Amino acid sequence: MRKVAVIGVGLTKFGELWDVSFREMMLEAGIRAIEDAGIDGKLIDGIYVGNMSGGQFIQQEHIASLVADHAGLCPIPSTRVEAACASGGLAFRQAVMAVASGFHDFVVAAGIEKMTDLLTAEVVGALATAADQEWEVYQGVTFPALYALMARRHMYEFGTTEEQMAMVAVKNHANACLNPCAQYHTKVSVEAVLKSPPVATPLKLLDCSPITDGAACVILAPLERAREFTDIPIVVAGSGQSSDRISLHSRESLTGLKATTEAARMAYKMAGIEPEDVDLAEVHDCFTIAEIMAIEDLGFCKKGEGGKFTEEGVTQIGGKIPVNPSGGLKGKGHPVGATGVAQIVEAVLQLRGEAGKRQVDGAEIALTHNVGGSGGTAVVHILRRGD
Amino acid sequence: MAVARFWREIPSRYNLIGVKCLNCNKVIFPPRSICPYCRRTGKLEPYRLSRRGKILSYTVVYSAAEGFEDQVPYVLAIVELEDGPRITAQVTDCDPSEVRIGDEVEVVFRKMREEGEDGVIYYGYKVRRVL
Repeated sequence: MRKVAVIGVGLTKFGELWDVSFREMMLEAGIRAIEDAGIDGKLIDGIYVGNMSGGQFIQQEHIASLVADHAGLCPIPSTRVEAACASGGLAFRQAVMAVASGFHDFVVAAGIEKMTDLLTAEVVGALATAADQEWEVYQGVTFPALYALMARRHMYEFGTTEEQMAMVAVKNHANACLNPCAQYHTKVSVEAVLKSPPVATPLKLLDCSPITDGAACVILAPLERAREFTDIPIVVAGSGQSSDRISLHSRESLTGLKATTEAARMAYKMAGIEPEDVDLAEVHDCFTIAEIMAIEDLGFCKKGEGGKFTEEGVTQIGGKIPVNPSGGLKGKGHPVGATGVAQIVEAVLQLRGEAGKRQVDGAEIALTHNVGGSGGTAVVHILRRGD
Repeated sequence: MAVARFWREIPSRYNLIGVKCLNCNKVIFPPRSICPYCRRTGKLEPYRLSRRGKILSYTVVYSAAEGFEDQVPYVLAIVELEDGPRITAQVTDCDPSEVRIGDEVEVVFRKMREEGEDGVIYYGYKVRRVL
């Protein structure tokens, strides 16, 4: 198995991009990544694109062909990857495996979602298709409701508070203010989060990630050829992926995601590191409680202590383990299929020392964590600054 | 939703018919074709579940799922049934502020929602607190 490196990254602005189409977003991120790598498009021999639901959001399936076509990259193989909100992370992993195996040399891993062409209620319905249609959605489940069920139980078992959850939103909005691509450049206070309208108790509007348009793209190469394109190759040191039961009620625990624990175990083992070796993490904070559970499941703190850990400021930029310096899904935005690739983009910028005002000093190892649905899929990557 | 898709699940939704594995003795709901614990060595037969259970977690939903807009605020809970399986169900006939983790409930037959004036009316299970 060959070692794989990221040699180029590109991101669009995240937000409600009324004047930009799906195709234009994809191209913008793609061209940025290709220019960042300084690679000739003729060398690229494979595309993996993460997209949750072009069919529902813009009535467009067959995304793989569309992307290759508009990128001018036909006839190379192009593959769409879907695992709900983990589609991007999985597209990246597929691209890593394609290069590692020797099947391809220079591969594009992209992620995209155009969500604001639907009404909010329609978006909520489209996202709910990542849950079990017959036994969850039939009963009236929404995604906020599923995470609310986890939050309520987490509060009951561990004494986690609504204030601690609010602190995740406060931190991630503050980080997003330092990220030019983020959807929100507004700080929020704990009080503002607590007073925002209830969505599914105990979660309120400001506990939830927004509806976002956006695209992200990275270029992968065999490590032995990476230096032809970059002075600082970013090595994919570890990759893990796990599945779990699709419905929350069928899982052993309501207070953590076993898929996360398992994917992390695989990624740590492959990278040969421990959680305490990680310098920064981009985790899947689709709701504030999701970040609290993620930092527990990834091993940054003990199960049940995520709220306290957040309250102590350990996860802020400048803390022991900065979490979501990009602003995360909460502050940067959550274009579902793009999110997993956008996390890789942030990790690469941080490891290169190119993250501007939100730079984590001396970052050498970064972790990304992308979740599909309420935890039916999780994918974890560990990236390391090349020597 | 096509009528057939709704109709296929009627036994489980109306009467809580799941399956029991004769190999590991576990009760499984909703029914499956393969025992998730024994896989192909399992032997599944239909099993009618007890309608009693207790609430493991709950949420009061203010931003409704599609088709449930006229029901807000409604309470959703994860309930562990006496036979072991857990279900997601609305908690009905209650003041949402009174629901607590640990509450004993019974499964009741209810209308879930309807598809416009001339569409299918969906029925299924909700749970009611036992006081």
